[in-house]
Amino acid sequence: MNQTHTTHPQPRQGSAPVLEVRALSKRFGGLVATDQVSLDVRVGEVHALIGPNGAGKTTLVHQLSGTLAPDAGQIVFRGNDITRLPAHARVLRGLVRSYQITSIFRQHSVLDNVALAVQARSGSSFRFWHAVRNEQTLFDEARTIVARVGLADRADVLAANLAHGEQRQLEVGLAVATRPAMLLLDEPMAGMGPEESERLIPLIDGLRQEVSILLIEHDMDAVFRLADRISVLVSGRVIATGTPEEIRANADVKRAYLGDELESATGGQA
Amino acid sequence: MQRALTLAALALAIAFPIVAAPLDLDFYIGFASRVMIYAIAATSLNLILGYGGMVSFGHAAFFGTGAYVVAIAMTHGIDSLWASWPLAMAVSGVVALGIGAISLRTRGVYFIMITLAFAQMMFFVFIGLKAYGGEEGLNMPYRSLIGLGLNLKDDATFYYVVLALLTATVYLLRRLIDSRFGRVVQAIRENEARMETIGFSTYRYKLICFVIAGMVCGLAGALIANQTRYVNPNLMHWIVSGDMMIMIILGGLGYRFGGVLGAIVMLVLDEAISPYTTYSKIVIGFVLLAVVLFAPRGLAGLFDRKAARAAGSH
Repeated sequence: MNQTHTTHPQPRQGSAPVLEVRALSKRFGGLVATDQVSLDVRVGEVHALIGPNGAGKTTLVHQLSGTLAPDAGQIVFRGNDITRLPAHARVLRGLVRSYQITSIFRQHSVLDNVALAVQARSGSSFRFWHAVRNEQTLFDEARTIVARVGLADRADVLAANLAHGEQRQLEVGLAVATRPAMLLLDEPMAGMGPEESERLIPLIDGLRQEVSILLIEHDMDAVFRLADRISVLVSGRVIATGTPEEIRANADVKRAYLGDELESATGGQA
Repeated sequence: MQRALTLAALALAIAFPIVAAPLDLDFYIGFASRVMIYAIAATSLNLILGYGGMVSFGHAAFFGTGAYVVAIAMTHGIDSLWASWPLAMAVSGVVALGIGAISLRTRGVYFIMITLAFAQMMFFVFIGLKAYGGEEGLNMPYRSLIGLGLNLKDDATFYYVVLALLTATVYLLRRLIDSRFGRVVQAIRENEARMETIGFSTYRYKLICFVIAGMVCGLAGALIANQTRYVNPNLMHWIVSGDMMIMIILGGLGYRFGGVLGAIVMLVLDEAISPYTTYSKIVIGFVLLAVVLFAPRGLAGLFDRKAARAAGSH
């Protein structure tokens, strides 16, 4: 690791870790998918996690979000050990993921999709008698979020009938609607064309005011534009963590993974 | 449009016993009660299967439980419906809680098989329950007492009680599916994993839904025991579970009136064909095949313009 986080008695605003991953490990038979991964995400930062296909990025997201149990290690979120917490309980504590493969409610309208996520955190859903559609505040809030992810004029469209890029926007919208303290964005730009990505980048950029973000992304242009820090995952191990400049300069990273891809992305920035 | 149809059907149902006597159709009052009882049972299955996506193949367990509770209570001198019917619902709910708590930890085919296994276990338990008739079943000397100057022995009175309960069941289903809880259950059917990752403990919602359906089906069981004044283990046989499934597939999975339409079609067909052949099930099989092929959303789906439009826009 290039940069390790040290705990101060009084953490500086903006630098206290919201998420600490300590020596997390997961193996599938002979394959070590997550190998002693340690990383932290600070309050308000966009922390990008990059790495080649098969590096174990999505497996890590599954463990952080609670759909996969790690074999060893610890996940600490806002000071609490959540390693054994079920997925829904993590969401209610503010740790929310989005999916690389779009996972939305296809037979619901865009607005109803988001309203579900708002409903999850606004009051009990063990209410059996009163029609949801009369809950004005719930739908007002959902509308705000729908507009925020750029789907205001598509609010009443069935999610199944959206274009791919729009479905990706809704995917992020569902996560945002839960009002998370931290987002795990699993390749939000997956399958998007350049123009569609251009719509999503400012959206993610705008989120950093309110949430910390762990951004898993293949689009190096997006990563270097958005990230405050970057961790590089190769074969289940974090081989480097640092600022975009440090990662760019890191010889291990170049050798293990980035190479040409990095040259082209940073060449455009310099 | 649908509202008008519903009210017209309800008006017809209310008028039926009055006009049945002069038309010499008295016999069909009892038959109509039986149809409505199965409609309640099928509607309760539709809640978990049609709306919730939980393919339970053991729903007859609650039907039989409700029936046996009323019959057994009567042998112990509890013959007021105000006591025995709520008791039937409560016991069925507890049974559903037990079966659901275990079954709902599984998915897909395993869920189908485990619910089937539980229902068959109960079937054999009641066969072995010699104290309450075992295989022979149990006769009820008379129908539950309602008080209020009424007597369920009168088929028309019983008919109206069943009609009221069916109306209440369908109304309750409607309130439920439009409620917060109902939205959650329907969204779980669509994408359970995502429901977890936006913060819902899906297991809990499914379990409560399962228990509600079990209680309503228990009520239907209490009614069928009264209708025939006889209970036996066959009420919980898997064939009954299968019949309920066929009813809602015919009528329309996830449609408010799916259970009602399905029960009417299936039992009326059965009644109409049985005098001519012992193979009435074959005919019903062909009808089911036709519905699945040509009206995959069931009979209620034929009236659903919104779904037809959505399907057309794909």
